Amino acid sequence: MIRMSTLSLASLLLIAGATSVLAAGSEADFKAAYAAAEAANKEAAGLRNQWTTTAAALAAAKKAADSGDFDQAVAFSKEAEALAQASVFQSKTEKEAWKALEIR
Amino acid sequence: MRSAIHLASAAFALAALSFGAAQLAAAADTPDPVADAMAFQKYFTTKFPKLKLEDFVNGPYSMNEDMHRQWEEKEQFPPYDFALDAGKEMFSKPFKNGKSYADCFPNKGIGIRQNYPYFDEKEGKVVTLELALNRCREANGEAPFSYVKDEMAALTAYMAFTSRGKPFDIKIPNDPRALEAYENGKRYFYTRRGQLNFSCASCHVQSGGERIRAEVLAPALGILNAMPIYRSEWGGMGTISRRFMTCNSQTRGVPLNPQDDEYRDLEYYLSYVSNGLPISGPGARP
Repeated sequence: MIRMSTLSLASLLLIAGATSVLAAGSEADFKAAYAAAEAANKEAAGLRNQWTTTAAALAAAKKAADSGDFDQAVAFSKEAEALAQASVFQSKTEKEAWKALEIR
Repeated sequence: MRSAIHLASAAFALAALSFGAAQLAAAADTPDPVADAMAFQKYFTTKFPKLKLEDFVNGPYSMNEDMHRQWEEKEQFPPYDFALDAGKEMFSKPFKNGKSYADCFPNKGIGIRQNYPYFDEKEGKVVTLELALNRCREANGEAPFSYVKDEMAALTAYMAFTSRGKPFDIKIPNDPRALEAYENGKRYFYTRRGQLNFSCASCHVQSGGERIRAEVLAPALGILNAMPIYRSEWGGMGTISRRFMTCNSQTRGVPLNPQDDEYRDLEYYLSYVSNGLPISGPGARP
């Protein structure tokens, strides 16, 4: 169960890496990608499980957008979204999976 | 007829078995803090058979002879001494209204560390010593201290010192909310979080006594008995709040706010399962 969830988590992160490379776009693309990342991160906040790396990717996206580099800004936003989704996935999996570790 | 009887007895046996299994499953899921604490302590005493139960409060310094020698030498000139002196002075200095910390606590705040955290049935929540100290300040017109910085560490260091040697005596009153807080703390302890996918237990249960880079991980048993601690890594004192928050950020998780319900419940659970082990704080750690 744990191995499975770790593998799924790893796949999500790999997808994040791949989408970051492929991402490119305009200011409008950035705004859409950033909003999607923020929404996913908000869901993680509701589950009390945000990741520092999501926050870092969001900050990097904003910085790139401020300097006019929207390709980079979109890439960082997509990375942030994938990280946030992975944290949400982790919380949902752990809802039951934690019991396997309990000392009984 | 005979086959009908056989069929009926088989059905009865199956029903009885299923009933028994359902009862067992229910029993496994029913919270039982006493059984939890026994299993928790047994796990660590079995894993470290040479260690006396009371030695677990020294964390990594009890893990091998070299570390133990380091601890003995450190204790001759303990790095938490300055905090202890500051805490004693702060504790005895009256507030602007003439009252003091002693007026907020049973036994004037001396020798009571082992009873914290406790479940406050009026509030319906866990109250930690750090929280009680800040509530005391606010009730007397003083600004609260930061939960992670020196003043709070100094005050709790002094209060822990007056309880040294007294066994943790955390109670779970007959109140479903108390049991729920305990269970929430347990769930938090075992739940993986952060990008590194670690739970508190990943380091302090499965890997207690093992090295993580240059450090030896403390077993979870007795881990709060030594708080607050001077950490060489921090270059200063740290409270329980600081320890929990640092653990979260080390696994690349965003820490919660100090004294959020999750942290209060976690402290309740971890203290309860260390019941019977002596308070040794303030402590020092690498």
